Amino acid sequence: MRELKILGVVILFTLITYWGVEPFAHSQMHAHHEPATFKYEDITPLGKKGNPQRGAEIFANAGCTGCHSVKSQNLPAPMDPVAASASYGVNPPDLSDAGALYDPKYLAAVIKNPAHAMKLDHKFNENRPFPMPNFYGVGGDLDQEVADIVAYLQSIAPKEVEPKEAFVNACGRCHDMKYDNWYVIGPKPKMDTELEEAQFNLKHAEYQENLKKYLGTNPPDLSMYIRSRGHEYIRDFIEDPQKILHGTAMPRVGLTEEATEKVVTYMENVGDRKKEKRESLGPLVLLYFIIFALLAYAWKQKVWRDVH
Amino acid sequence: MAQFEKANSVYEWLDQRLALTKLTKVLMTEYWIPKNINFLWAMGVVLMTMFKILLISGIFLLMYYKPDTKLAFDSVNYTIMQEVWFGWLWRHMHGVAASVVFLVIYIHMFTGIYYGSYKRGREMIWLSGMLLFVTFSAEAFSGYMLPWGQMSYWAAQVITNLFGGIPFIGDELVIWIRGNFYVADATLTRFFMLHVLLLPLVIMGIIGLHFYSLRIPHVNNQEGEEIDFDAEAEKFKAGRKAEAKVIPFWPVFISKDLFVLGVFMIFYFYLVFYHYNFAMDPINFDPANPMKTPPHIYPEWYFLWSYEVLRGFFFDVGPLSAMDIGLMAFGIANVIFFLMPWLDRSPVVAPAHKRGPFFIWFWVLLVDMIVLTIWGKLPPTGINAWIGFFASITFLGLLLVALPMITKQEAKRAGGAA
Amino acid sequence: MADQKRRDFIGMVFGGFAAAGGAAALYAMKRTWDPLPSVMAAGFTTVDLSPMKPGEFRTVTWRGKPIFILKKDHTDLKKCDDADVKVGEGDYLVRIGLCTHLGCIPAWEPGKQIFKCACHGGEFDACGANTFGPPPRPLDIPPFKIEGTKLVLGEEGPEYKKLVGKA
Repeated sequence: MRELKILGVVILFTLITYWGVEPFAHSQMHAHHEPATFKYEDITPLGKKGNPQRGAEIFANAGCTGCHSVKSQNLPAPMDPVAASASYGVNPPDLSDAGALYDPKYLAAVIKNPAHAMKLDHKFNENRPFPMPNFYGVGGDLDQEVADIVAYLQSIAPKEVEPKEAFVNACGRCHDMKYDNWYVIGPKPKMDTELEEAQFNLKHAEYQENLKKYLGTNPPDLSMYIRSRGHEYIRDFIEDPQKILHGTAMPRVGLTEEATEKVVTYMENVGDRKKEKRESLGPLVLLYFIIFALLAYAWKQKVWRDVH
Repeated sequence: MAQFEKANSVYEWLDQRLALTKLTKVLMTEYWIPKNINFLWAMGVVLMTMFKILLISGIFLLMYYKPDTKLAFDSVNYTIMQEVWFGWLWRHMHGVAASVVFLVIYIHMFTGIYYGSYKRGREMIWLSGMLLFVTFSAEAFSGYMLPWGQMSYWAAQVITNLFGGIPFIGDELVIWIRGNFYVADATLTRFFMLHVLLLPLVIMGIIGLHFYSLRIPHVNNQEGEEIDFDAEAEKFKAGRKAEAKVIPFWPVFISKDLFVLGVFMIFYFYLVFYHYNFAMDPINFDPANPMKTPPHIYPEWYFLWSYEVLRGFFFDVGPLSAMDIGLMAFGIANVIFFLMPWLDRSPVVAPAHKRGPFFIWFWVLLVDMIVLTIWGKLPPTGINAWIGFFASITFLGLLLVALPMITKQEAKRAGGAA
Repeated sequence: MADQKRRDFIGMVFGGFAAAGGAAALYAMKRTWDPLPSVMAAGFTTVDLSPMKPGEFRTVTWRGKPIFILKKDHTDLKKCDDADVKVGEGDYLVRIGLCTHLGCIPAWEPGKQIFKCACHGGEFDACGANTFGPPPRPLDIPPFKIEGTKLVLGEEGPEYKKLVGKA
């Protein structure tokens, strides 16, 4: 009985200390924020039903393809990533998956006023315009035309997007993921000569330099972010970076909840590759020590029988 | 000259040369431990096991770790965590054991304080134990630098800077310790050397001393009773096992220890697999960046109480700057427990609950150290700064003033009773 | 008797000789811990101040440390004759960007015109003086020399000596 009482005291003080230095301290250090809802409530919906056929026409005439590729429709990128970053600061995204990844309300808002939809008004203004111009329409009703373009993008988007694809499209033009061999200019191919290696590194450095001019800082490699930030934080951050880290250079990217989960899944696959192994080995090791403790107890009882 | 005759078995052959039978008796079957003990007496064996886990997991981490500021982070987080077979397991075991070992050390220390196991001939046990605590702290600090994450870097920056507070030679000393003007490659490689070679050697040496120091005064017991170990051992050997007040280390003592160890290992491996973030701070999964301080810097939990004493003094007093007072208090806090046998002026060896005021003192000390630990992690602003200040004052007062006073009174009473 | 003394003498010589060897070995070990000559010799950073705009805040690296440069002329930022560096027409604050408490990097908050250290809450004003919290002294001044509109960090010029003499 006495031993149990002592054990209770030890456990109690251990738990108080643990509670103090972990949950309590962290709640004091990090400002509380509302969890992500992915409703994008600050954006007013257009209230129009888009027509994909008309959208395709407008898309072709509005000059979107001057900067954006749509590989699934055989529309190649007009420039390679490094040249594009020299012109725009960052390589403009391919739009094949856009309809599946991004919230339709957000897509419409981005087409009309990109800097505002991305919540980058504090960085871009008349003196320093955002690289993608606002869309003022091709002559008809602006909102209807925007709705048509969004409908077109949705019509060409695949039903399922792989986690890695979601990451590459939404994050991978600013962030490296070197533990999965992803770099802002694309995957690093197998190199045979030092020259090729140096050329790849040069391109990467040039792109990074352009990106730094554009954003003011180089976005971090995200390989270990699942461990350094955790699932919840990344989810909330993607929904609205400014809410979590005020003044950050990162734009709001407008991913749907589903696409966000895909991105996080990919980050988990890369940064916590052994999660499955860990979770499958854990119960076995614990079971081993439960049996170990039981056997030890049985042996102890036997040994102590004559001592008491 | 010893007599060597033809041996009839391998054991006999070895016994003639290595005295195995005698050795087994001395170390195991006739190494006597009091019977009147509880599970807190098993912490020594638990600590030894944790040290072995750290040593073994460390050996395997060492096979792939690269002590270079450009390579260290990736060698840990990619090569070891993602490529090496069971590399992730070794790292989690190493990281969690490094944290949990301090929990057990603190339990072990407070057990010693509670039962008065640091006096009446047991001073060397206490001192060698405190030396182990200090070398373990150095080992933990140097090891924390190796993954070269943000916390590694900034902890190294802040702690090495502390030496700058030493008068006259401070600034030079900081550069000398770092091997550069800032925490750099030279710093990483020398702390790597300390972590994997010099400090483990020293620790193993002191563990030997700690065990040896138990031999003469023997292990204490739950009542602080003085036992005639020779007489009691004779009883046990004569078969009067129930009557004897002692038990042999093997198999009686160890059988209970192994059960306690088994329960502890369930707890430990639960942490390794399911609850490791407390020991492997998420911020340390960001690579070190000398140009960017993380918003919150804090040491691992086991250093928080002394860290809070360091920063608890946040205002100048007369000619002394806040930083100097903090440094002095920090210096005192780190060595004060060494003096435990002399700060306690009473000859009474008994559990705290039989020592009146000392009992209260014990719990106040424990609570104060937990307060220091918790507030050591909180941002030091507003009311937190004042709580830290009063807890630090309380800590110093408890050990430097209250303890000698209480125990002197006790000594008087004990003297009067006798 | 004489024999005894002689043995003592030889013993002491031997002991002293062994101790000298030990001291020499310790010296070698101490030197091995010293920073390398290349590390000691490295580290002059030249910064051209002319392109800086009034109110602009820059961080440059010198010997692995961040150096804060704040251009204060033509702004309402607090100016102090005994703390600022004058280069041509310009009025600059040049400081080592490490908190004098425990070496974290304070952040410049233009709105409040303070450097705020996130580690332990220390604050410095636009003249680098410690105004709140644990820092024991103002932000340190890196050794510098002025060459035209350029600032050379790591060399002690007359302006640096004057500034340190005043502070």
